[in-house]
Amino acid sequence: MNNSEAQGPLDKGNEKMETTTPSSLSSVAANAAAKKKPGSGALGVGLEARGIHAWFGDKMVLKDISLDFWSGTVTALIGPSGCGKSTFIRTLNRMHEFIPGAAMAGDVLLNGKDIYESGTDVTKIRLKVGMVFQKPNPFPSMTIADNVLAGLKLAQLKVQNKDDLLEECLVRAGLWSEVKDRLSAYGGSLSGGQQQRLCIARSLAVRPEILLMDEPCSALDPGSTLKIEETISELSSSMTIIIVTHNMQQAARVSDYTGFFLSDGGPGELVEVGPTSEIFSKPKDVRTENYVTGRFG
Amino acid sequence: MSINKPEAKPAVKPGKPWASTPRERALDLGAILLAAVGSFALVALSELKGKLAYAGVFFVLIIVINFIHNYLSRGIASAKDSVASSFAVAGVLVTLLPITSILYAVFERGKTGLKPNLFTTDMKLNGPNDPIDQGGLLHALTGSGIMVGIALIISLPIGILTAIYLTEIKGFFTRPIKFLVQAMSGVPSIVAGLFILSAIVFPITKTPSGLMGGLALAILMIPTVARTSEEVLLLIPADLREAGIALGGTQWRTISQIVVPAAKSGLITAIILGVARVAGETAPLVLVSGGGDVLNLNPTSGPMGSFPFYIWKAFTFGTTESIARAWAGIFVLLVLIFILFFAARLLGGDRNKK
Repeated sequence: MNNSEAQGPLDKGNEKMETTTPSSLSSVAANAAAKKKPGSGALGVGLEARGIHAWFGDKMVLKDISLDFWSGTVTALIGPSGCGKSTFIRTLNRMHEFIPGAAMAGDVLLNGKDIYESGTDVTKIRLKVGMVFQKPNPFPSMTIADNVLAGLKLAQLKVQNKDDLLEECLVRAGLWSEVKDRLSAYGGSLSGGQQQRLCIARSLAVRPEILLMDEPCSALDPGSTLKIEETISELSSSMTIIIVTHNMQQAARVSDYTGFFLSDGGPGELVEVGPTSEIFSKPKDVRTENYVTGRFG
Repeated sequence: MSINKPEAKPAVKPGKPWASTPRERALDLGAILLAAVGSFALVALSELKGKLAYAGVFFVLIIVINFIHNYLSRGIASAKDSVASSFAVAGVLVTLLPITSILYAVFERGKTGLKPNLFTTDMKLNGPNDPIDQGGLLHALTGSGIMVGIALIISLPIGILTAIYLTEIKGFFTRPIKFLVQAMSGVPSIVAGLFILSAIVFPITKTPSGLMGGLALAILMIPTVARTSEEVLLLIPADLREAGIALGGTQWRTISQIVVPAAKSGLITAIILGVARVAGETAPLVLVSGGGDVLNLNPTSGPMGSFPFYIWKAFTFGTTESIARAWAGIFVLLVLIFILFFAARLLGGDRNKK
């Protein structure tokens, strides 16, 4: 995959950073209306979830979620805590199965092929569908450079020029200028926001097609959050991004599509999905409207 | 809103307004002195006798005086606090006392036997009545080294792999294995010796040897290494494992590249604890390594000496010279174990260097 050829609207995001007050949500959404149309990216087919159900033990936590992620778009998943957003994205790269007692039903098609098909090499799936976690988790025993390249070592991939890859990933994650003079320092010596961008750089090094982000900014200060959002905008030109967030302004700022999850005590369901501008300005479902206008949640 | 500009301010100096004033320090010292005088007076006037009486009375008095002093100056909460700190300090002293006492005794009695010949010769030609500058413990030094080394080579992989199974892989056998490892760590050392004696020495080799000693020590060392490693691996946060898996690593590569390096210093501590656990074991070695006073570097044949055996044997002779030898042996063993602990600290401590 050649990233430089993948064109996307690079200008989106940046100039909208200032309009972050809740009252200006609808104007943000209006800007978002000009964003990508389905399938505008030229990066393969993308990711499709078909009738995903998930359980922990006997408790059903997700019910019948079907959602398409067009390649080259950013999709935000919003909703109150405990409605299954994180569980849902963890089914998309088969991290769900690591939780004891987990079960699921449904299909996840990556470029048309079910990732749960028996005989699938699950490590290859996770190379294509990368993940950034809620808490920054750089590997403590490794330097900054080793952290970025850790995926190559873990997956036993060979690259021609590690230094080029290292620089490219750190540049794309927006961290290069801050760490280029201390690549041999330990990852733990960075600030929280830098650590999270290091984790993003680490995910990029194995060249995923899709990046799952599970509340990547919830442990960060506003300045670091802004940097990560800029990073997301940069990345969205060359990959598909799915981001879970509790911050509705963030969803409005960074995403092309928004899905609203809700649980009324039972399993989480997908209430509504659509272009971000519509979800925030004229949602079809009254529950979505109540949530995005801050009436509950 | 306007801010009144102050007149030229004096330069601000850093200080510690929370530190004790000289008066407070004098009062604290006075409390200790009062308690000391009080304890002497009470012991002199009452039926109480001995060093323990002084310590006990002093402890009670210092608590009472501190309590009253703090209550009057700072209130009831501070007074209760002072009682709790007094107990904590007393606990530390009670812990340190036997340790320093042992170290002092070992140093004081061991130093007379510390002669260069100690490290260059064995006891082949020397009896218990020979002067201290003849004979040595070279055979014990090498013997202990070889046997602990054998035990280490066997128990290091087994112990750490067991810990990895218990914490990382998990499965049907996790609980029974956990139980067995815990039970094994309580096995008396003589039982390990008897096991090797009846399972290998009697039916197969017929003669004791250093290898048998190493095997017996390994039986004692495996549970220590496994349990400590398990505790250490449990401390590694689960999100590091998830991050490794999410980057396309297999479980084994995640464990070997991420989890084990992250736990490195703790695992080294586990190994050192295992070594320290067995380095002083006497009982199994008496049974299966055969003791011996002669330098033997071949673990597969012939009896092999060891520190604990050397010390035990020297003490049982009972002559002045051999008791001095025993103390010298204890001294050297203790120093070696200290060196081991410091080495472990150095090796394990470099993880978060900036």
